[in-house]
Amino acid sequence: MSKLLLLGDEAIAQAAIDAGMSGMYAYPGTPSTEIMEYIQHSKLAKEYKIHSDWSTNEKTAMETALGMSYAGKRSMVAMKHVGLNVAADAFVNSSITGVNGGIIVVVADDPSMHSSQNEQDSRFYGKFSLMPIMEPKNQQEAYDMVYEGFEMSEKLNVPILLRITTRLAHSRAGVERKEVQKHNKLILPKNPTQFVLLPSIAKVQYKELLDNQAEFIRLSEESKYNTYTDGTDKKLGVIACGISINYLNENYPEGVPFPVLKISQYPIPKKLVEKIMAECDEVLVLEDGYPFVEEQIKGVLENEPIKGRLDGSLPRDGELNPNIVKRAITGEQFEITIPEIVEGRPPALCKGCGHIDAYQALNMALNKYGKGRVFSDIGCYTLGALEPYNAINTCVDMGASITMAKGAADAGLVPSVAVIGDSTFTHSGMTGLLDAVIENTPIVVLISDNYTTGMTGGQDSHALGRIEKICEGLGVLPEHIRVFNPIAKNMDKMVAILEEELAYDGISVVIPRRQCVQTMRNKELVAKVKELKLNDFE
Amino acid sequence: MKTDIIIAGVGGQGIVSIAATIGMAALHENLNLKQSEIHGMSQRGGDVSSNMRISSNEIASDLIPYGQADLILSIEPMESLRYLPYLSKTGWLVTNSAPFININNYPELDDVVAKIKSLPHNVIINADAIAADIGSRRSSNIVMLGAASHFIDMNFDSLKEGLRQIFGRKGDAVVDANIKALEAGRKYVADNYKL
Ligand SMILES: Cc1ncc(C[n+]2csc(CCOP(=O)(O)OP(=O)(O)O)c2C)c(N)n1
Ligand code: SF4
Repeated sequence: MSKLLLLGDEAIAQAAIDAGMSGMYAYPGTPSTEIMEYIQHSKLAKEYKIHSDWSTNEKTAMETALGMSYAGKRSMVAMKHVGLNVAADAFVNSSITGVNGGIIVVVADDPSMHSSQNEQDSRFYGKFSLMPIMEPKNQQEAYDMVYEGFEMSEKLNVPILLRITTRLAHSRAGVERKEVQKHNKLILPKNPTQFVLLPSIAKVQYKELLDNQAEFIRLSEESKYNTYTDGTDKKLGVIACGISINYLNENYPEGVPFPVLKISQYPIPKKLVEKIMAECDEVLVLEDGYPFVEEQIKGVLENEPIKGRLDGSLPRDGELNPNIVKRAITGEQFEITIPEIVEGRPPALCKGCGHIDAYQALNMALNKYGKGRVFSDIGCYTLGALEPYNAINTCVDMGASITMAKGAADAGLVPSVAVIGDSTFTHSGMTGLLDAVIENTPIVVLISDNYTTGMTGGQDSHALGRIEKICEGLGVLPEHIRVFNPIAKNMDKMVAILEEELAYDGISVVIPRRQCVQTMRNKELVAKVKELKLNDFE
Repeated sequence: MKTDIIIAGVGGQGIVSIAATIGMAALHENLNLKQSEIHGMSQRGGDVSSNMRISSNEIASDLIPYGQADLILSIEPMESLRYLPYLSKTGWLVTNSAPFININNYPELDDVVAKIKSLPHNVIINADAIAADIGSRRSSNIVMLGAASHFIDMNFDSLKEGLRQIFGRKGDAVVDANIKALEAGRKYVADNYKL
């Protein structure tokens, strides 16, 4: 078959389609979003009726995939690294239930924090859950690993974690496809209690998982993705994980003179590590992310001659690159001098974005209470932390706005305000709102509704047309659910509404509502907004 | 052959189309290719860039090492300078001279232009004006691709083929407008610079 030019994300999606996956489950998150989007736009996926609607959050995505696996079919889940924190309960337990249809969990890490709040390394979750982990070095390996991964998952009775990073997710290269496989038939698990994690059953299955670890290690040792290449200069050996092998090879176009162990499948291939340690005086470990392999080999006693991120040979944080790798091996320094004249150009809220007007109104309404009481969340509106708005005081994790505002109000900071987007509200704001409703905590929850998941590029929002009903259903009094259109000519009215609700001694929800300007050309959304009459309010 | 290119600009200026066109052209010539780009925050007026590597040999790294880029192709003058550490001693900086000012502290344009002109191998042209001249204001990114085509080791026809593939879905008129922009950029540089 001919080569396709694909992003790492797209290669993963194409492989899953070709490997007979029946359901894709995901919540958007950079740099993983394009996996689902590719499947949504794929004709073949449509033809095969592959499930490709977004999930409410990463936990519902993981659990739904597990349900599909229960029914015998192949499913895939994709998320950004912090999404795995949300999905962790289901993820960790899924290695104990095991699978019926194969499951691949794709997690995209973001070393250097190109668009995230941390650079956590998902391989730790894989190890923690005792799952095999695959870490492709390029787009083709990503394709092959997914293509073969479902069968591997079924054979080993455990989900497979595919760990990628931003660089691979968002880099294009030629990829060769394989033949399209048939989908699994609907078939229940042979063992009817396999997915019942009562202690008595879980204990047995956990033992099995533990017993399987030796087999997982053996498979790593024999994996075609873990390769040992001998070298003539044994003063140094290099262990290179995932894409870091490319940075090494970049520096040695004629071939690396040292023995090199490439690791792309975990658990760590023990025998291969023993071999390189025995053959070389010192070993440098290259990995994009935390010193996951380095720390394990080095151990607490640090009696192995290991170089890497822990001894300062490589920076402790951030993405690797060819120059950093070269410096670690040869000591050759490099300089990065950007002309002084160049100024930073941070992202900003778009011209005409409704969040801007909402923040202006909020700032005015809060004037008399003083600064420092706005708890916000993750989305485009987080940019309200910057000049000229200076409108928010926190951003921690999705959903933390409402709950932190409640905690601060509990401590006496009244009124406290939560600012959250519509998609984030349904992702993980609703449960926190229920906490506040139960105690009628005096907070104002401002749900800035733009009908979309703006930050990640305008995906569907599960909140569309449902926010008031959700809030009412959770128990917010209808007279304290206030909706308005955040435009300049409404400013006085907006400020008045906010002032009223700030003065109210109980829970209220204020909803500035205007479509994200980046989605104006999305005909489907515009039609839906019209059909739901969302713009018809006072 | 090998050409390492940094494509630079501001979110919304059409960097992705340039990268995709070069990518298609490279496939057309059966060359190896790696192209790494920044997504995510890109639509909100921040700086964006793409590492584009084309080679007849296998390419290892997605990232271009510092000091090795053969070309910086920029749609915005200040942005072209942000990536100077990547440019090789013999590499060319080819940039649009029309600034995109969405920050309060944008430097004096004259200073930016002076800095660019102080570089040994620079091309600085007003792609916005050229695009307006040929009646397709929105094609200044492709004008810049045409201007830079002198420094990309591929057949010019392959770039045209790339444009056909990328814009084909939008109809012949769009394809033709872009090809015109590509040719105008190439010609302007051929007429005004000693290469
Ligand atoms: C757990 C987790 N999942 C996904 C993301 C990626 N992400 C950041 S903000 C956001 C949603 C933003 O949508 P919304 O709340 O509607 O605000 P908007 O950007 O539209 O203003 C997403 C999906 C994340 N940061 N954390
Ligand atoms: S993408 Fe939409 S929500 Fe985000 S800043 Fe732009 S207009 Fe606002």
